[in-house]
Amino acid sequence: MSSSLRAASATRIPRPFRAPLRTQRSFATVADPPVRRYGGLKDQDRIFTNAYCRHDHGLKGALTRGDWHRTKDIILKGDAWIIQQIKDSGLRGRGGAGFPSGLKWSFMNKPGWQNDPRPRYLVINADEGEPGTCKDREILRGDPHKLIEGCLVAGRSMNATAAYIYIRGEFYQEASHVQQAIHEAYGAGLLGPNACGSGYAFDVYVHRGAGAYICGEETALIESIEGKQGKPRLKPPFPADVGLFGCPTTVANVETVAVAPTICRRGASWFAGFGRARNQGTKLYCVSGHVRNPCVVEEEMSIPLRDLVEKHCGGVVGGWDNLLGIVPGGSSVPVIPKDVCAEVLMDYDSLKDAQTGLGTGAVIVMNKSTDIVAAIARFSQFYKHESCGQCTPCREGTTWMMNMMNRMVEGRGHLREIDMLLELTKQVEGRTICALGDAAAWPIQGLMRHFRPEVERRIQEFRAANGAVGFGGHLANAADDTLALPDNLGLRLPEPEGADNAQV
Amino acid sequence: MLPKITRSLLPRALPLRRLVSTTPSWRSDALFVHRDTPYNNPKIAFEFNTENMKRAQEIISYYPPQYKKAAVIPLLDLGQRQNKGWTSISVMNYVANLLGMPPMRVYEVATFYTMFNREPIGENFVQVCTTTPCMLRGSTEILNTVCDHLGGIKPGQTTNDGKFTVVEVECQGACSNAPMLVVGDDFYEDLTPETTKKILSAFAKGQKPKAGPQSGRRTSENSAGLTSLTTKPYGPGEFCQPEFQ
Repeated sequence: MSSSLRAASATRIPRPFRAPLRTQRSFATVADPPVRRYGGLKDQDRIFTNAYCRHDHGLKGALTRGDWHRTKDIILKGDAWIIQQIKDSGLRGRGGAGFPSGLKWSFMNKPGWQNDPRPRYLVINADEGEPGTCKDREILRGDPHKLIEGCLVAGRSMNATAAYIYIRGEFYQEASHVQQAIHEAYGAGLLGPNACGSGYAFDVYVHRGAGAYICGEETALIESIEGKQGKPRLKPPFPADVGLFGCPTTVANVETVAVAPTICRRGASWFAGFGRARNQGTKLYCVSGHVRNPCVVEEEMSIPLRDLVEKHCGGVVGGWDNLLGIVPGGSSVPVIPKDVCAEVLMDYDSLKDAQTGLGTGAVIVMNKSTDIVAAIARFSQFYKHESCGQCTPCREGTTWMMNMMNRMVEGRGHLREIDMLLELTKQVEGRTICALGDAAAWPIQGLMRHFRPEVERRIQEFRAANGAVGFGGHLANAADDTLALPDNLGLRLPEPEGADNAQV
Repeated sequence: MLPKITRSLLPRALPLRRLVSTTPSWRSDALFVHRDTPYNNPKIAFEFNTENMKRAQEIISYYPPQYKKAAVIPLLDLGQRQNKGWTSISVMNYVANLLGMPPMRVYEVATFYTMFNREPIGENFVQVCTTTPCMLRGSTEILNTVCDHLGGIKPGQTTNDGKFTVVEVECQGACSNAPMLVVGDDFYEDLTPETTKKILSAFAKGQKPKAGPQSGRRTSENSAGLTSLTTKPYGPGEFCQPEFQ
């Protein structure tokens, strides 16, 4: 009787308190499953075996590393088989949004697509511009044949006729490696009217950009290839219906496409065996900032962030205790403080639960020597520079945010302005055609979520040194009292709670 | 009638001042309006040399024939390379003519993308990345070093001898190798103030230092010894499904 009562109450007791109740195990209790640790990927499971350019990046070297091995058989398996493999492997887009790739590629094969006379395009997004991100660069210069083969396999799965690889203009060496790989592939009959001898016609072209971060957005990328300004298009129609040159198009990240042939050859279950459920696979992580040895490394998904930093990068400069915060996915995701960094896993869902995101897997580590407000203000400056100017909230908002953040760095502002800034970010977020507005807003929201006391301290210090500061950074003692000043400038607002204590 | 009289009363030498304020907006990095100057006006002839013309024809062939204008960015880049690193109004007009586009569409593109310089630049175009990942690793110091070493110029300026132009740029995508700068097309990574000066001195002498990381590592691997990819890469068919072995 008492045991059934206990069992009934156990279901209602929250988890942390439930464990001590189970003092003794009955025969019916199931042992806890062993805790799986992620990370520690072996070299034999790494896909990008020439990420460090130690070997030949040309066709000969690529063949010895297993590229173009029986690609003909993969192509002859047909579109449905390839898409099913990608779906089973759990591959999610590696460009930041994390949309399931198999599903995305299947949008190209709508019922009756054969009756559509238009050509169909695969566009590879190699416009890697997100601050912190340098993973695609290693693929482009070390393993270009993996990408070209990926274009063919992914192109076959969506019945595309040609692929355009959009490489950012700054990557000159990388673009020439890819161009060389394409020439070699055409020469060996791996591309062209009879790609790999399978009877499937497929072309691959390189298109170099000319320096615009916004062209990493899929519709802006399409506009840019068409020879226009890189200004995102309103969706719908989605690119899978009306994309490049008005034809069905799919835009995919370099890494997503480059892993596809290996997944097909080694099996979906092999790839799905890494990482947690719904976050499977391997991933190139690029670590920068205050670590002893910054590097780009391919690791298992769901590797703990702390393991990644300590195992592959020699740890934080000054030790883990010297850590201030980490931006785990490139400039567009919010920063997380040290205690969250210690327990978070590097995958889409875990980072989403920590109110940030995996993004491109670009880890920017900041130790206690960092001026965190200045670091985030620099992001705001970046977004101001890169806003394409099409949507008003983003064009004006990024400038406002930059100006406010620059004032926050020295604390020249009113305490109420923190909330005004947050309100401003909320008014930019979700009100623009593309996600650049959101991306500009999130780092500031992350800063205020975790480091608000630091911003407040600066404001109070500045106020203590220079007297009252109104909205917009106007000093009260610089105001001309002979003029009729409006009351809403915040110059004569009473000191907020807590400010008096700080001044003493 | 009255304006006519006032104008006739004014002495000819006195310049007519406009009373409306016409200060240009300096919020942006570069001026977006073209003004004819002796070195940059539509009368200066420009056309591709034979080698670039061949390349241009190949680039145009990548795109569907009715979408020739897709080649505008690569062609402007070609033109910029031929025109000493900057895109003059004649380059834009020539590309527009070649692709059958309205010139305005080409101007739009040339003003939108940051890699098109619409003013002449020095022999060596030095671009220092100062975005956060580089900033954390000391890019401010690198930028100051570059500016001081080149005689105290400011970002955006060219040295008096016309050898160097320095600009501050946003993320160049080499963050694990921060701080970095770009000269021409080459990345110089893992910089310290000393190596920065060394690179600039070499360029000043007309040499071309070795691109890539300056710290001794080869690409973006762990500089204290490899933590991955230490074994020989696996070969074709290894670990594959039976049907693909």
